[in-house]
Amino acid sequence: MRKFYTLLSREVRSYFHSPIAYIVLIFFLIISGIDFYFQVSFMNQRQVQYTVQEAFFNSVFFWFAFVLIFPLITMRLFAEEFKLGTIEPLMTAPVRDGHVVLSKFFGALVFYLVLWIPTLLYFAIFLKVTHQPAAHSAGAYFGSYLMLLLLGMFYLSIGCLTSVLTNNQIIAAIISFCAITLLFFLGLVQFVLLDVSSATRDLLGYFSAIEHMGTFSRGVIDTRPIVLYVSMTIVMLALTYQAFQSRKWRL
Amino acid sequence: MIKVENLTKRYAGQPAIQDLNFEVGQGEIMGFLGPNGAGKTTTMRILSSFMPPTSGRATVAGFDVFEQSLQSRAHLGYMPENVPLYNDMRVTEYLDYRAALKAVPHRRIAERVGDVKELCGLKEVEKKVIGTLSKGYRQRVGLADALLHEPDLLILDEPTIGLDPNQIRQVRELIKNLGKQHTILLSTHILPEVEMTCSRVIIIHKGRIEACDTPENLLGKIRQAGGVVLEAKVGVDNGGEELKKISGVRDVTVDADGDWKIFSLRVESGTDVREEIFRLAIDRHWTVRELTQRRATLEDVFVELTHPDVV
Repeated sequence: MRKFYTLLSREVRSYFHSPIAYIVLIFFLIISGIDFYFQVSFMNQRQVQYTVQEAFFNSVFFWFAFVLIFPLITMRLFAEEFKLGTIEPLMTAPVRDGHVVLSKFFGALVFYLVLWIPTLLYFAIFLKVTHQPAAHSAGAYFGSYLMLLLLGMFYLSIGCLTSVLTNNQIIAAIISFCAITLLFFLGLVQFVLLDVSSATRDLLGYFSAIEHMGTFSRGVIDTRPIVLYVSMTIVMLALTYQAFQSRKWRL
Repeated sequence: MIKVENLTKRYAGQPAIQDLNFEVGQGEIMGFLGPNGAGKTTTMRILSSFMPPTSGRATVAGFDVFEQSLQSRAHLGYMPENVPLYNDMRVTEYLDYRAALKAVPHRRIAERVGDVKELCGLKEVEKKVIGTLSKGYRQRVGLADALLHEPDLLILDEPTIGLDPNQIRQVRELIKNLGKQHTILLSTHILPEVEMTCSRVIIIHKGRIEACDTPENLLGKIRQAGGVVLEAKVGVDNGGEELKKISGVRDVTVDADGDWKIFSLRVESGTDVREEIFRLAIDRHWTVRELTQRRATLEDVFVELTHPDVV
């Protein structure tokens, strides 16, 4: 356990040693800031049926930034170690393969969560300026951030898998970007394919991240997406572990 | 300390090493020699559990490198070729991290990191970012890392590659000193270094062991143990022909330096022809300014074993 903690702390620190982290942070702050500003000014112009907080988590800006950050966070995880050869001192130290995989995943998750911290400030500022909460209940905040965590876990684990498959960061980023984008917009297919059966549409809806986010940001905690994302994360990490181990045989 | 039995590794069907068998005893410094691509790095990577062998087995400190790799890895310090390091970390930070990873007890980390920095001369760069270090310092960080957990066995893959002569000398001294407490397996291309530091030598060629012995025995075994150089004024005599008649001389090459002739003689192993040459020179009234025996070096052994066409 101590070794896992050692590995994890290096992973987290290495994010903040690299310029990519700060670029991602700044990019993300700008987009989410614009998002928040637009939602508030839009609401000032007309009567709407939803809260600022709901709007913030369900806008195009948000989704755009959201799918883009995962490849940026995860592409270097394994690919960089393979490329630089640092995997050799790492794996010849007495560490377990599983610890290495998990430390990389959780390191990425910690960085991902750090990205979201400033957005809490938006709601605090909103409350201070308008003397009104941005959401109609605490559950809505909880729901949206829970969904961010669930989606984050799933997409980061996809990023882990693509990074372990190659020693080229760009390739890892492109594959994970494609995979995440496809999965993310899978839910929209039900609006395109109008002639498919309702069962198929329900099935696609079940995978729809946009729909899940909509539900959770209203404060409705549905267990089905929780099970989906947690189990998919475990599957992806298991695949990553397998790919990482099999690499030895392919050297 | 190391036991290797019938070790074979194939890359896509191509054998990199074939049926290696050797043992390294406690406290030995074993030199691992061979041309590029002979399988040195492959062998070392298998011993350090970085990759599994195709067949055969190897143990380190009694632990199988594949079946019990966590235990065997805990007993060895490995310094890979070209020393890959995290360029974003500082020297002390990196060593602290490596020490924790190698299960050095928490309260001993500061002491151990201090010790290896002292030993490897890293004190003056301890706060520097690794990415800014010169090749020599990177090499030392790699060595310090290998020593952190006081392993019984050190495996060093070309520890002196890319260093300048002063640094090579320093590293050589360091390895000699380390040999007092550790078992060491090191690969290198610098043969005088092996002669000076190693108690035994393995020469590997095309994935097979060509020789495994002490440097002295290896030198004794090769066909031409060395040669004799004679510099003399021989007048009108055909010195080369005369010298060839001496028994034990295999062949003679002649260079000229003004009036002086420089004869390089290659002789059978175990023979000393200098006395004969001396008598010949007196008989013929040659003026001699140099008569020396050149001892065979490991380089001759190496070339003979790994490049049989050149004799």
